[in-house]
Amino acid sequence: MAPISTLHYLVVAAALFILGVIGVLTRRNVVIVLMSIELILNAVNLNLVAFSRIWGLHGQIFAIFVITDAAAEAAVGLGILIAFFRNKETVNMDEVDLMKW
Amino acid sequence: MTHLIIFLFFGALCLAGAVNLLVQRHPINSALSLVVVMGSLAVEYLLLGAEFVAAVQVIVYAGAVMVLFVFVIMLLNAGEEVRTKGSRVAMLFGIPGMLVGSALVGWVLIERTGSQTVAAGALPGAPRTIGWLLFHNFLLPFEVTSILVLIAIMGAVVLASHPDTDSGKKKS
Repeated sequence: MAPISTLHYLVVAAALFILGVIGVLTRRNVVIVLMSIELILNAVNLNLVAFSRIWGLHGQIFAIFVITDAAAEAAVGLGILIAFFRNKETVNMDEVDLMKW
Repeated sequence: MTHLIIFLFFGALCLAGAVNLLVQRHPINSALSLVVVMGSLAVEYLLLGAEFVAAVQVIVYAGAVMVLFVFVIMLLNAGEEVRTKGSRVAMLFGIPGMLVGSALVGWVLIERTGSQTVAAGALPGAPRTIGWLLFHNFLLPFEVTSILVLIAIMGAVVLASHPDTDSGKKKS
């Protein structure tokens, strides 16, 4: 019986985090960028829950708060996206240049 | 042993879903692979003994948030994304930066291999325990989070409402 160590979970979370960062930095579609942000938040959640196995249940409480914040962030982000699409008829990141110097 | 097999299977499924999210060009395919990621992460939470977090993950993430994403994708009728080459400066700094970041994360993980192992289910995250903590030790953050969600709802409604009918006055 080989127990699953915390390190296993940390590796999965780190890989998920890096994939999310790659998505945020490379994709053009705003919807996919928002989804990559969700990936990053999920990596953080996995870390919190994995550490809560060692340090007590507070990590799981924080994971629940992060999930709530992620839902709020998705709602506001997609609202901004709809408002932007109504103005410029595009969902591409590189065409969002209203505030570009 | 069974736990390890389940962990490896769903961990691989989670990472494969994340890679597929980045590779796919149509947003709907990305959204569906994100559902796969959320579901397999819920199984990982169950393996960690976090039952309540797993249930919340399935209900809030795989349910509500993903429905929101799919709904917006359908609403905007977003087609396939056209790839561009990207700027040269981004290539010049991004790839080394990414390599350095990955190496740093890997180094930290290798350095800290002495992490403790606890048997599965040693700290059960049953809904009763979580709820007790949430309504006793974390009551103030809980209430503040409810205010945050209220603000987010109002912000989303204001942002997504039609310009002609904003500020509460219906003109049409």
